[in-house]
Amino acid sequence: MAKARKVPAIIDNPMSFCPGCGHGIVIRLITECLEELGQDQNLIFALGVGCSSLLGGGLVTDRLHCPHGRASAVATGMKRVQPENTIVAYQGDGDAYSIGIAETINAAYRNENFTMIAINNTNYGMTGGQMSWTTMPGQVTTTSPLGRDCEITGNPLKFPELVASQFDVAFAARGAVTTPKNVNKLKKYIKNGLEAQLNGEGYSVIEVLSPCPTNWKLSPLNSMKRIEEELIPYYPLGVFKERKEN
Amino acid sequence: MGDMIKGNIAIAEAAVRAGVKLYAGYPITPSTEIMEYLSKRLPEVGASFVQAESELAGINMVMGAAACGVRALTASSGPGISLKQEGISCISDEELACVVINVVRYGNGLGTLYSAQCDYHRETRGGGNGDYRCIVLCPGSIQEAVDLMATAYELAEKYRIVTVMMTEGALGQMMEPCELPDFIEPEKHPWGFDGKYTYKKIGIFDRNSMDEAVELNKKHETIKAEEQRWEEEGLEDADYVFVAFGLPGRSVQGAVKELRAEGHKVGFIRPITTWPFPEKAFENINKDVKGLISVEANATGQLVDDVALTIKKTIKDRNVSTYCLPCVYGIPTIKFTKEGLHKIMSGEIKEAY
Repeated sequence: MAKARKVPAIIDNPMSFCPGCGHGIVIRLITECLEELGQDQNLIFALGVGCSSLLGGGLVTDRLHCPHGRASAVATGMKRVQPENTIVAYQGDGDAYSIGIAETINAAYRNENFTMIAINNTNYGMTGGQMSWTTMPGQVTTTSPLGRDCEITGNPLKFPELVASQFDVAFAARGAVTTPKNVNKLKKYIKNGLEAQLNGEGYSVIEVLSPCPTNWKLSPLNSMKRIEEELIPYYPLGVFKERKEN
Repeated sequence: MGDMIKGNIAIAEAAVRAGVKLYAGYPITPSTEIMEYLSKRLPEVGASFVQAESELAGINMVMGAAACGVRALTASSGPGISLKQEGISCISDEELACVVINVVRYGNGLGTLYSAQCDYHRETRGGGNGDYRCIVLCPGSIQEAVDLMATAYELAEKYRIVTVMMTEGALGQMMEPCELPDFIEPEKHPWGFDGKYTYKKIGIFDRNSMDEAVELNKKHETIKAEEQRWEEEGLEDADYVFVAFGLPGRSVQGAVKELRAEGHKVGFIRPITTWPFPEKAFENINKDVKGLISVEANATGQLVDDVALTIKKTIKDRNVSTYCLPCVYGIPTIKFTKEGLHKIMSGEIKEAY
């Protein structure tokens, strides 16, 4: 018999994401995890600039729209003065990894005790699909019209691998929203990241490969297919830094 | 009279006693002693200190703490405060409260290490993008800086605005006898985040900028009406009135005393708030005054603009000349100010307005 699933209580309003966007799935997973961990009424979001900020319109929770790229610095300030609250930085790849790479990487470097969730859709979504640091080699965007030339723009950035290998963080993983199996795995990663924070283990990051059909100019289904066939081989899914107690 | 204490250390200790819960910042001369001192002192009182990776990150950490409704502080100097403008603009936009200390040093770009007042325009006009102001406090002594620290937070919280404590390199580095204030334990503000969404803050996309503009103007008008602070002397019969703040303001008091003793009818206004500008003080000026003179530590004259605008508002039936004595950097000596007056009276220095 089918089980009716309750919408998490802090989701209150419709969010204005494009059809086929992955943000909604991730936000649903985050809010489910928070509710299951008893943290949905003990929660502050530090929101990025870009599509990630649209979370702010959908949830009834403490949330601050941070300057572009600075969510990890803002989250640091929040967590330092109110360590009893669960702090989640919710950002996109352009926000967290390009303009905000300094704040993002330094929060990981200090092993700040909060959770960062980065939506990697390989472009700047809200401004109409410009190249970001996670854009794939050869990918056509509005600022790489002939396809991304990594010779002059650098190679796509793998942030969870970077912090897992270089810094003493609590938990680092990458998931995707392509299949029910991947969605379930992603939920486990998010829950692990939040649990790490609740236990005071330090910084946790979960990157999510997420479709952007509007800017990729693909159907929602073909967007999922692109993640499976093109992105996952470059951006492997899994845990790069396991929690110490697990 | 209290013990001798260095300006930056005294201000930092006053901030601790005002109940600061978080300091985040980046080293820069001549403000660095503030963060050095707080790196040891804040953990002792159970508060947080973060050495941020950049000025930008520092102000954004302050924003995070301010969003939680607790007292947060950052300090820097000239170019460091330039980098913080993104955060100051956003904190202002979110109507959060915090204090930013600018220990001003001279120069454009990277600047120099000389004591100066060259950030006057930036601090009194908001500084970042958009349409906002910060309350700007300009102490003329270490004691005054210390006494204004709790006031800085009270004003920031009363109006939900950023307060800038604008000191000068020399004030930060020099020592004076100073009485430190008692400890206070401020309440967390009801509009601060508690994780339970107790305060129903709305997202930026749901805000109404037209309504907010009306509220912002009301707030600014209230601050202008209620919060002007200044010191004045000898205005009622003055032929010439000096206007100077901070350490130049203190030096000018000495010049006025000597000039009076020599028979010159001069007075002074020392703004303690440079925003709101102490317009009320100008109403006490002799209506037959011959000229206003700004004395300031910068190259081009900045304060002089506000002096000219304010005297225009105050004495409307004629144009009162406004002169500027910029000393570039350092603190103008009494001799500098006295010679400046003589050059003005002889016509050697022309009016700026």
